[in-house]
Amino acid sequence: MTVLLDLQIGDSMKPVVLEPVSRIDLIKYAGASGDYNPIHTIDKEAKKAGLPGIIAHGMWTMGNLAKLFSDYLEVGFIENYSIRFKNMVFLNDVITLHSMLDKVDENNLHFKVNAKNQNDVTVITGKILFKLYE
Amino acid sequence: MFKSFIGKRSKSVKNTVERGAVKKFAEAIGDLHPIYVDEEYGKQSRYGQNIAPTTFPRVFDYGKIENFNLPNVGLIHGEQTFEYKRPLLVGEIINCFTEIKDYYEKRGGHGFMGFLVLSDNGEDQAGNIIFTTKSVVIITEEVRKVLTV
Repeated sequence: MTVLLDLQIGDSMKPVVLEPVSRIDLIKYAGASGDYNPIHTIDKEAKKAGLPGIIAHGMWTMGNLAKLFSDYLEVGFIENYSIRFKNMVFLNDVITLHSMLDKVDENNLHFKVNAKNQNDVTVITGKILFKLYE
Repeated sequence: MFKSFIGKRSKSVKNTVERGAVKKFAEAIGDLHPIYVDEEYGKQSRYGQNIAPTTFPRVFDYGKIENFNLPNVGLIHGEQTFEYKRPLLVGEIINCFTEIKDYYEKRGGHGFMGFLVLSDNGEDQAGNIIFTTKSVVIITEEVRKVLTV
């Protein structure tokens, strides 16, 4: 708990580096979420759609990013989580998850969050409003 | 193309926050935190139960809006928001429905683009909203051609 509550405005939580994106990651996400759009799992279909290869579900990356807060769900919860999808995530990309405390009002911790690939290109960016329990 | 659907919503569908589905989902996003998957940990937590990851509502069935069909291929997910009153508890029943909030078109450097704003919602048994999501889906020229054929 301490890490989150000790943060000052402008501080970041420790970034998390994911394992390189694998096909099995995306097959698992397809199965777990029910999103079977084949551009995420089948090369031929991705190429047909004009992509160089399969791409991760945007929601896979968004789902991963929220785990920065999983350790703190006893002291608060994610009240609002909003993301813009900026760039595609391809197989073998190495994604790093970032968060920065931007603002605090009463019990609300406002974070800026993003995920970047190995070339430091932002793939998703957005905000998390983490509400502390009274 | 979708203007006439603005404001339309589906009939609510009853969904359960299934323990197995939560575990599978948590695993798929690399987040097997005990608050989601360890039964004893959940019992001891402030919730008295395991909870679901924030983006879990993707799993639910929201029902169908009559005559509204989107192709599975060629859409771009532009934005996504989740808003919660409280976390979802494993085992609880949630009534889910989807609504078409807006549709607008733009012409730019990439030609035609349509923006569809969809909202998925979950209510408890007493009819209180627990979560609301908003998705902005971008429809490209290529997809429009398929849709209008």
